[in-house]
Amino acid sequence: MDAKRREVLKTGGGVLALAAAGIIRPGEALAQEWNKAAFETKSVAETVKALGGSGSTPSSAIEITAPDIAENGAVVPVAVESRLPKTQAIAILIEKNPNTLSAEFDIPSGTDPFVSTRVKMGETSNVYALVIADGKYFHAVKEIKVTIGGCGG
Amino acid sequence: MAGDKVDVKVLMAHEMETGLRKDAKGNLVPPHFIRNVTVTHGGKTVLSAQWGTSVSRNPFLHFRFKGGKAGEKVTITWMDNKGEKRTDEAVIAVPA
Repeated sequence: MDAKRREVLKTGGGVLALAAAGIIRPGEALAQEWNKAAFETKSVAETVKALGGSGSTPSSAIEITAPDIAENGAVVPVAVESRLPKTQAIAILIEKNPNTLSAEFDIPSGTDPFVSTRVKMGETSNVYALVIADGKYFHAVKEIKVTIGGCGG
Repeated sequence: MAGDKVDVKVLMAHEMETGLRKDAKGNLVPPHFIRNVTVTHGGKTVLSAQWGTSVSRNPFLHFRFKGGKAGEKVTITWMDNKGEKRTDEAVIAVPA
C-alpha cells in the first residue's frame, strides 16, 4: 500500500512539473468537447450537417478496410485511410445503428490520415467513412453484413 | 516505429455501455462510454477523437504520426460520460 501511495505522489509531481513548464496548459487539458448533437443523429445526412457540412461527395480516395461479413456485430474492425490532401478529420458512420455517428477523429498535420478501430453494429448496414479535407466533405461507403447484432451488448 | 512514423496501438479497458441493453431484471443499463480520447507527443496533440456508444467494448485504436523518436513519450488520455478519466504513458520503442 505504501509503495502504491508513493507511485501516485510521484505521478502527481510529474504532471505538476509539466504544467509549470507550460507544456500542458491547464485550460487545454480540461477542454474536452463532445458534439452531443452529432452523436444523436439518426441519418447520414443529419450527421454530415451536425459535423458542419452541407453535404458530401463520394470519393475513391477514401478506403474502408472492414470485413464483408461480421459474425459478431459487437466487434467489427473498421479502418479508414484517406488519400485526400489536407485531410483534417475522419468519421465513421453506421447507417442502421440507433445513432448514426460512431466515432470522429481529428487528424492534425503530421498524423497520417488513417485510423483503425472496432465498432458495434446492430444489423447489416452501410458503413460510411466521412472525410473532411481542405474544408470539404467526402465519403466512401461499404456494406457490412452482420450475422449476430451487437447493439444489445 | 516504422520508418519515420510512430505506430500507435492502444487498447482501453472500458465497458462502453450503450444505454440500450437490459440487465437480468429487464431494467435498462445506463450508458457509460468514453467520449474523448486525446493522444499527445512532446506537448503536441497527435490525435483527438470523439466517440459515441457504438465503439466496441474495450476500445482498440490504431494510428500513425510523424516526428517521434525512440525513447520519447506518448501520452494517451480518455474521459467518459461520467467524467472518469485515465491517462497512460508509453515510450516509443525501436522495432526489434
